[in-house]
Amino acid sequence: MTKVILKQAFVKAVNNFKQVFPIILGVVMLVSLVIVATPQSFYKNVFTGSKIIDPLAGAVFGSIAAGNPITSYIIGGELLDQGVSLLAVTAFIFAWVSVGVVQLPAESLMLGKRFAFTRNIISFISAIIIAILTVIILSFL
Amino acid sequence: MINKILEKISWKWIFLIVVTALYLILGYVNFELAKQAFIGSAELFQKIIPVFVLVLMFIFLSNIFFDPQKITRFLGREAGIKGWIIVIVGGILSTGPIYMWYPLLSEFKEKGMRDCFIAAFLYNRAVKIPLLPMMIYYFGLPFAAVLTFYTVLFSIINGVLVEKLLKL
Repeated sequence: MTKVILKQAFVKAVNNFKQVFPIILGVVMLVSLVIVATPQSFYKNVFTGSKIIDPLAGAVFGSIAAGNPITSYIIGGELLDQGVSLLAVTAFIFAWVSVGVVQLPAESLMLGKRFAFTRNIISFISAIIIAILTVIILSFL
Repeated sequence: MINKILEKISWKWIFLIVVTALYLILGYVNFELAKQAFIGSAELFQKIIPVFVLVLMFIFLSNIFFDPQKITRFLGREAGIKGWIIVIVGGILSTGPIYMWYPLLSEFKEKGMRDCFIAAFLYNRAVKIPLLPMMIYYFGLPFAAVLTFYTVLFSIINGVLVEKLLKL
């Protein structure tokens, strides 16, 4: 392997990162903004006790939420204690890690708008389906 | 006039300008909250620096070792079941925020990585091995096991669906 190849590969990698740096910086700032703007107590008021609306609300707010998945587990645990259904909580914690509304601009810019929207919509629907299947399986265990 | 300016500035900068504008608006409405968000951003950025370096290293190595033919063989049209295994394991093991992996995936996409594999990689990032004990603590072992199984299974279903829908 020659020095020229190594140098070319390095320059290409650095240039690639120069291109994506403003996007990464924007997403980091946006994620932090969403975390600060939505305190943990906010999620407790989202669920109404409805067996149909709650899973949907869980998936919607899980998709919009940002931050470490541990936060979603803590919130999810508290929600279960308060009587929110496992179905809604599962949809919430799963959408938290699989759907990224906050990251959508970055995903669109780097992987293509159509890809990003299609993937996130399918992941959103899957979050609800997985929540239903998980609760059904658990009821047999 | 605005159109001319927009033509000169690329979307990545427009995105950053919009986010910065949100901070300025928030600062005007609630300075304390904007300050908290700004400090949070700085802390978050500090946290992702190691992942930043890791991904940069991966891109550098991929530029040396992975030419389009190799990508096609392992993650492209010819990949088959080998490709699924690579993206499932890679997605589960990859660390840091999801958006840090977009540049590497974008690079691989240009070299021929299939959309279904990109979608499956991103989907498998929902499996967080270091956080499994925490999930078990809050929701129990059966819950964690069932959810992990469905995540991996649905990563394949989602990958196939994404690719099929993109072809329409």
